[in-house]
Amino acid sequence: MSLIAAEHICVRFGGIEVLHDITLSVAKGEIVTILGPNGSGKSTLLRALLGIVPVQGGRILRQAGLRLGYVPQRLQIDRTMPITVRRFLSLPVRIGEAEARAVLARVGAEGLGPRQMTDLSGGQLQRVLLARALLADPDLLVLDEPTQGLDQPGEAAFYRLIEEVRQATGMAVLMVSHDLHVVMAASDRVICLNGHICCEGTPRVVSTAPEYRALFGPGTKGALALYRHDHDHAHDDGHAHHHHEHDHA
Amino acid sequence: MRMTTDMRITIMSMIMLDDFLVRAGLAGLGLSIATGPLGAFVVWRRMAYFGDATAHAAVLGVALALATDLPILAGTLVVAGAMAMTVASLAARGWAMDTTLGVLSHSALAFGMVAISFFPAVRTDLSAYLFGDILAVGRADLALIWAGALAVAALLAWRWQRLLTATLNEDLAHASGIAPDRERLVLVIALAIVVAVALKVVGALLIAAMLIIPAAAARALARTPETMAVMASIIGALASLAGLLLSLWRDTPTGPSIVVARRGCSFCR
Repeated sequence: MSLIAAEHICVRFGGIEVLHDITLSVAKGEIVTILGPNGSGKSTLLRALLGIVPVQGGRILRQAGLRLGYVPQRLQIDRTMPITVRRFLSLPVRIGEAEARAVLARVGAEGLGPRQMTDLSGGQLQRVLLARALLADPDLLVLDEPTQGLDQPGEAAFYRLIEEVRQATGMAVLMVSHDLHVVMAASDRVICLNGHICCEGTPRVVSTAPEYRALFGPGTKGALALYRHDHDHAHDDGHAHHHHEHDHA
Repeated sequence: MRMTTDMRITIMSMIMLDDFLVRAGLAGLGLSIATGPLGAFVVWRRMAYFGDATAHAAVLGVALALATDLPILAGTLVVAGAMAMTVASLAARGWAMDTTLGVLSHSALAFGMVAISFFPAVRTDLSAYLFGDILAVGRADLALIWAGALAVAALLAWRWQRLLTATLNEDLAHASGIAPDRERLVLVIALAIVVAVALKVVGALLIAAMLIIPAAAARALARTPETMAVMASIIGALASLAGLLLSLWRDTPTGPSIVVARRGCSFCR
């Protein structure tokens, strides 16, 4: 029994087909990651599943009474709006003081309640967004590249936190990423996307699939290629040895 | 101490709203109830030019009312509402808003003034529509201003949580089962009502200032959206009274004086 499913959906923006014939489903309790290069339609797929973007073909099925938690890619709060973390947690449903404290503690954001949202660091903001999503007691948590702008320890800690919450609540997780090394550690299932579904399966199966290799760099070695690519943007060349360690991990 | 007849007459006339200054003060006060929270949304959503376009359309609304023998309020409500809807739907379709708003806003103003010039009786009165004529607010006007302002305040209070969520992030709102388009429509309607009732008080050219200046001044004093909205109302109300006094004292035009006082408030915070 799936919580949410897409059957042959297509999405077009101004005549350009962004998503073509996508069929997927997320079952209770599993962590599914959508992986793909920039412009492959990852975020659009999430937004279509959430009903933000209209689909031109196919249909989206949700389990009746499905409770959704959503963590957006980024939350740009206009500096003209004063809002504390505590107040933010009470949107759109007002919550009590004890509940606010408990949920902040659960995501490791104790004491952030009185802080202004615009003063938070990237990692703190992600934790607060996660806390707000958890308040709905979701059956399915949807995350759109939730660790953008976090450093690597921060990213690892964030995914550990997701895993912990999944263990505790049994909720399913659907997320978008372009980092395979994260996917390896944290997912039950990977869907490889480039406008259409190229391949899908366990992280290990996907990383050896020819479609996946074609997508993330012909003539290279899958996971390593992707990882190197990402890492080179963040650091200078002195970290080659570091790459090597991860390759064997 | 026994009341003198003079004092008794003064108090009676205040209760009966005989004094044009009392009516003017109450008009400014009533309007501030709505312009505080609505102005906060205008600032948060960067709708300043949107407010201008809607207010300028009110001039065209006056012409429409004169041509069709409708009440001025109905004419401005219809045309300002139509303008706000048009702009909102263009924005939703991703038009370049800066240029679009500039074109719509100024052509509405120009067309409105040309259209009004066909009514010679009103022609001399044009500045009342542009800058307001708060000292000419009658009892019926006062009732309409308060009814409009309270309606807007009640509408915003009812939708408050949803409006705030949709203003913070539309995707977040969607995921919580809130339709951001519907909340935008709520603000559009609120704006049209405020423009229609504020026209008499500050005039088409200064309505946007009534919305933005108190909210901007309140920003520095607030830690939550609610305090910012309430502070904006208080600042707006005090400034309206200060503007009236300034206008009384130096014989300056009242509408602009109120805006000057509102701006002054944001300096001395």
